Amino acid sequence: MDLFAIVFYLFAILIVSTAAIMVFSKNIVYSAFALMFTLAGLAVFYALLFAGFVAVTQLLVYVGGILVLILFGVMLTTRGYFERVRIRTVYMLPSALFAGIIAVLLIAVFVTTDWTLAPLSEGDVTLAALGELLLTDFMLPFQVAGVLLLLAIIGAVLMAARKRGPLEKKGTVPDADKII
Amino acid sequence: MQEFLESFLPAGPLVVLVFSIIPLGVILVYALFAIWLERKVAGHIQDRLGPMETGGWHGWSQTLADLLKMIQKEDLVPARADRFLFKMAPFIAFAASYGAFVAIPLSSGYIGSMIDIGVLYIVAITSLLSVSIIMAGWASNNKWSLLGAMRTAAQTVSYEIPTVVTILSVIVVTGSLNLMHISEMQSGNSFLGFLPNWLIFHSPFMVIAFVLFFIASLAEAHRVPFDLPESESELVGGYQTEYSGMRWGLFMLTEYADMLLLSLVGATLFFGGWNSPFGSFMDGPLWGAFWMLSKGMVLVFVMMWLRWTLPRLRVDQLMNLCWKYLIPATFVNLIFIALWEMIF
Repeated sequence: MDLFAIVFYLFAILIVSTAAIMVFSKNIVYSAFALMFTLAGLAVFYALLFAGFVAVTQLLVYVGGILVLILFGVMLTTRGYFERVRIRTVYMLPSALFAGIIAVLLIAVFVTTDWTLAPLSEGDVTLAALGELLLTDFMLPFQVAGVLLLLAIIGAVLMAARKRGPLEKKGTVPDADKII
Repeated sequence: MQEFLESFLPAGPLVVLVFSIIPLGVILVYALFAIWLERKVAGHIQDRLGPMETGGWHGWSQTLADLLKMIQKEDLVPARADRFLFKMAPFIAFAASYGAFVAIPLSSGYIGSMIDIGVLYIVAITSLLSVSIIMAGWASNNKWSLLGAMRTAAQTVSYEIPTVVTILSVIVVTGSLNLMHISEMQSGNSFLGFLPNWLIFHSPFMVIAFVLFFIASLAEAHRVPFDLPESESELVGGYQTEYSGMRWGLFMLTEYADMLLLSLVGATLFFGGWNSPFGSFMDGPLWGAFWMLSKGMVLVFVMMWLRWTLPRLRVDQLMNLCWKYLIPATFVNLIFIALWEMIF
């Protein structure tokens, strides 16, 4: 086994096992931290395939952004700081059935497709080429994604800064920045 | 550097190991020195002497003695804490900080990896740091720890934006994200006939960009006046309240490594990295390492100096400063730098 295979299998085991912890853990904070290892492990896969930019974006967006927000949300919404959210398993049969069907479909696709493997090579995709493509051939999707994000930000600000009713005047509702 | 190591070391993996452990040596020696320096700076600013006894000359081995003490201490875990996460958090914190040194060119002959996304990688990997602090705060099962961790998350997420935008305004000028290329671009001494070609002299807006970057990096490194995650007067010790012994030492090491990291990034982006300020005089790989580390240490010294000069901000002032002043200022500055680039 060469170094590539060793690293690949090591991180594949890490990703699958932490994903399992994330799904099966009864403690929601454990799930969130396990998700961190899953996402960071995927970034290692991208780096292994010389897709450095995708790997870094994965870290930046998912680990640095979304995961911190999830942790923040989990910690603020668990009632009281140290009372843990109770997690129950519901709809066992339908979800197992659904997951099973999807697994069978995916395995069937994996087995029947004739995969062509492109040889790995370093430095195929440079950042400059990527930027040029984004500003020429893929200008419209790039702009649409930007507008979508802007809309999301404006929506979030609107929801957070909604006018307070008479009951929620100063003093009755704790300010978010006082909790922090 | 790698070829040089291969010339006298036998096996391949050994070369890789030595190659990747060089920044660790730099960080450890630097941390020993910086903690001593911080005490001396604090002492002199407050009109006292600081450590004077240990080791003889000006207490030079005070940090070594502290290190030996910390290694001998019992590894305490609070009874109600989450053992696994509590024990893991310091390691993830240091790994996140150390991982970022991969993309720092310590001299013209040494950089961990020549990836073309260097600065972006540094920004991404250091975001693991806030996750590890949340982990430490939550696992400690202590309200001060958790409050400190919450503040860290809010602070880091907010101050990442001005940091990234000021870095972006340097990228607009250099056109490369690789810190080695950025350093190479700043070599020579032709600016106005005698000044070095450092980016800070490039345009007046670069000076503003540096000031904004430095303020944001203070907050990223959780230094005074932005050290709310561990403000001892309200939160005892913040996320590190329950830690003691070597695990606390690892958090301390991470904090100092983070200071050095941000200072080195600032030195590379604005002050020419490993370039000598005297053109080709005192230039070369070893002198490069000397210049790089001295520029970093100057910025670290300014951070220490500020710590004993400025009072701490309140939480709401901290958020106001970031969202209402720093972020708009960095964006306006970015536009001006881009315009400057277009016109000249």
